[in-house]
Amino acid sequence: MEFMQFLIIILFSPLVNGTIKKFKAGMQGRVGPSIVQPYYDLLKLFKKDMVISNVTSWIFKVAPYVVFASSVTAVMLVPVVTAESSFFMMGDVIALIYILALGRFFMALAGLDAGTAFGGEGSSREMTVTILVEAMMMLSIFTAAISAGSTNIARIAASDYISYSPAHVLALAAFIVAIIAETGRIPVDNPDTHLELTMIHEGMILEYSGRYLAIIEWAQYIKQMLLFTIAIDVFLPFGISMSNQPLHIIISCGIYFVKILFITFLMAFAESTRAKLRFFQLPSLLGGAFVLALLSLLTYTIMGK
Amino acid sequence: MDPESFLYIAVSFFILGAVASLLPLKKVKDYIYLLPVSGSVIFGILSFSLVSGSNLNVFSFPISSIFEFKFHGDSFSGFFAILISVLAFCVSIFSIGYTSSFTNKGLFGFLYNMFILSMYAVIFSANIITFLISWETMSVLSYFLVTFERDEKSSKAGLLYIVMTHIGTAFIIILFLLLYGQTGSMDFAEIKKLSSQIPENLRHLIFIFSIIGFGTKAGIIPLHTWLPKAHPAAPSNISSLMSGVMIKTGIYGFIRISIDMLGSGPEWWGVTIIIIGTISSVLGVLYALIVNDIKKLLAYSSIENIGIILLGVGASMVFNANGLYLLSGIALIAGLYHALNHSIFKGLLFMSAGSVVHAAHTKNMENMGGLLKAMPYTGLFFLIGSVSICALPPFNGFVSEWLTYQSLLLGFQADSVLAKIITPLGGAALALTGAIAAACFVKAFGISFLGMPRSRQAENAVESTPSMTAGMAVLAVLCFLSGIFPGTVINMLSSVIGSLSGYNTNNDLLSYLHADNFFIFISDSSKEIGNAITSLSPVSIILTMIVMLIALLVFIRIVNRGRKITYADSWDCGIPSLTPRMQYTSTAFTKPIKIIFKRIYLPKREINISYLVKPLFVKAMKYSGGITPFIDKYIYDNVTGFIKRIANKVRLMQSGSLHLYLGYILITLIILLIFGD
Repeated sequence: MEFMQFLIIILFSPLVNGTIKKFKAGMQGRVGPSIVQPYYDLLKLFKKDMVISNVTSWIFKVAPYVVFASSVTAVMLVPVVTAESSFFMMGDVIALIYILALGRFFMALAGLDAGTAFGGEGSSREMTVTILVEAMMMLSIFTAAISAGSTNIARIAASDYISYSPAHVLALAAFIVAIIAETGRIPVDNPDTHLELTMIHEGMILEYSGRYLAIIEWAQYIKQMLLFTIAIDVFLPFGISMSNQPLHIIISCGIYFVKILFITFLMAFAESTRAKLRFFQLPSLLGGAFVLALLSLLTYTIMGK
Repeated sequence: MDPESFLYIAVSFFILGAVASLLPLKKVKDYIYLLPVSGSVIFGILSFSLVSGSNLNVFSFPISSIFEFKFHGDSFSGFFAILISVLAFCVSIFSIGYTSSFTNKGLFGFLYNMFILSMYAVIFSANIITFLISWETMSVLSYFLVTFERDEKSSKAGLLYIVMTHIGTAFIIILFLLLYGQTGSMDFAEIKKLSSQIPENLRHLIFIFSIIGFGTKAGIIPLHTWLPKAHPAAPSNISSLMSGVMIKTGIYGFIRISIDMLGSGPEWWGVTIIIIGTISSVLGVLYALIVNDIKKLLAYSSIENIGIILLGVGASMVFNANGLYLLSGIALIAGLYHALNHSIFKGLLFMSAGSVVHAAHTKNMENMGGLLKAMPYTGLFFLIGSVSICALPPFNGFVSEWLTYQSLLLGFQADSVLAKIITPLGGAALALTGAIAAACFVKAFGISFLGMPRSRQAENAVESTPSMTAGMAVLAVLCFLSGIFPGTVINMLSSVIGSLSGYNTNNDLLSYLHADNFFIFISDSSKEIGNAITSLSPVSIILTMIVMLIALLVFIRIVNRGRKITYADSWDCGIPSLTPRMQYTSTAFTKPIKIIFKRIYLPKREINISYLVKPLFVKAMKYSGGITPFIDKYIYDNVTGFIKRIANKVRLMQSGSLHLYLGYILITLIILLIFGD
């Protein structure tokens, strides 16, 4: 079981996306599609023929696989329901962020590969947002890592430092902004639009169709749930199982389910109550979050907790 | 065979190469580079034996009582010799093809061989005189190589380079004079033994001079101005050597003086180095991002990487001052590991950029595009270099940056509050640098190799010759190997830093930073790190990726059996015929970043519109934009302006008349006679 916990994220990540959409529909007074709709979408895409631009090179074909492999490998490094697994020796949270960055690197290259303006725009904006987000994300995790004495995410989750000091609250606030930016949600990006000048992620994948698009979408769902899980592990780690006993793991699964539901609700709420920001207003939002992360580190240093 | 004879053989290969290039034989000149190839292999064997620690060798050629050529190798110089050997080997193979169209091949071959030899001489120098002579030889030879192509641009770049490098050398000479004055010895080993008697204030002065002197060569900001001009001006195989190893001799000199001879120092030394590292890495990569010249981009990115190396070195000095010697060792390993990685991937990138420039006849990325199809191997190697330099797993840059992160975060173990604050901030700067570097190399690879060709030349580009690709291939393989098997490198480095003073903790260090071929652990077997366990396994990461890919492919095979792939034009919004001009350009790609960081870039733009009829009918629009390099503008322009004003005043004295000059001599003599005794 402890070796298979990454399957939870891989299998249930489309469900999380469906749930967010359902919550959003509820808040807007609509019925909305069923929460398993993302599975139908993925399956349909997997079964379709593909059209590929004849400008593209092998990078275009390799990129979906690299994106998927990097997301899944990152998932292996994260404790989901138990903090005990030998997979976690493979790397830590810094490695995790860089593994995700590998996927993003190839995604951005693929955006440039078809030689269109939309793709280039998407990659340019994606890399710009990353510059603002990555340092903030690292910094907010640093606070937790320093107080746990380790950058290994399983050890952070297993440590008993949790007393919700000001430093952790600040870091959590910054991290939530980072998640919103990384998953391409409002107010940073709009995940539901195609062919609008506001788009970032959708711009890069405009040329993809069929199974490549399915792989990329799935990888995106996985990345989203992975980031939620990191937030849970780092900032809300209570209730995670410290052993591999079936009973503990079952309880831990329940608690994890509730926490994920809470974060999905939070995301849907944030998305329903905010408007999409203009691209050049993003630096003030993300810069503000960066300052929060910085403050959290300084607070931790000065207060010692 | 003893190490000396290895050395003599290796040196004679290079000298033979230099002499043979000057011979007026046309056939010989094409194969001249096989001599430095063999020479660097032998030097490589010698340096590995030095690093393994068993062999030390001292030999000298006394010329007079103080003037003595003396060379010595310990495992620290051995490590830098490995850097030179690896790169010299690959660059020499590359040069066989690359130099075939050069006009003055003989002279170039001579300079090339002597330049590599002079870098070895710097690393192996054992006393002040030898060091200075080798250092100057290296600088002057590299100046000749920078200006080898003899156009206006390269001679300007060369002039700036030679001026800056001599300012640096002046500081190095002063610091050596101080060392000599205090210890009464020219010999490095003697100075190191006697260094504890140097008074506090002079130590600080020597430290500051070593930052300025060696920092100029290493290209730290704000002493970097020569670097982004000189690297692109030189032929690409020389840029590769200069950026890959020559700037590292600055790092070597700094560590030799400040850590080895002076034994680290108070905390503010390390903090200064961390701050310099932070500034150099962030500003370096920001400037790398916006330039459109592919070689200039790589040159700025060297400044960034020197900054990252200094983050490790600085952290090491901070820990040393706080008495955390084992952490200090780990941080120094991180810095040196990054030095090794940088010379591998930057050498690779400069060579592949050289091939591109060779094939597309332009350095401007805006005129490239679509080169991956025409130059599949060069493109692949450039991609590998880019992925490595962005510190993405599973390539080598990742491991050294990971170690740097770890050592910066462990700064929290230090007692002093300054160290606690400054080290994680260095980590945040490293994260920022990493993200900008990724954007930078997405641009560099994406704009030049992907999409449609943006010019006729790019359309007609052809793949480089086999010897050029072979030279790059070796480095590309090394990028991968030193990325997934970091244990070998770390174990080598732990014995290297064991040879530096204050780091004689080799065995303890290894109990702490355990590294084999599959795992790196930083463990808590000692109290010093507290309970900081962390680990990394690049091999497992790559294996996991492969397994997951296979699983995905099987899944697709089941679900997606027998589906067609149709090839068609790119989506063009319904407007027929997408042209290359519609693609995102290099300038467009970085425009948002330029706007966001406008306080740093100080962008300027100018739009000239000419009308047929004033507000309505536009005849032509001309847009030009750029940035203001604020360091050049606010520091260097002021300094040069000041010097020019002084020089204008002094010029009055220089009339060209011999009588007047004789008069000056007479007046000087009289003054000396009056006040002389």
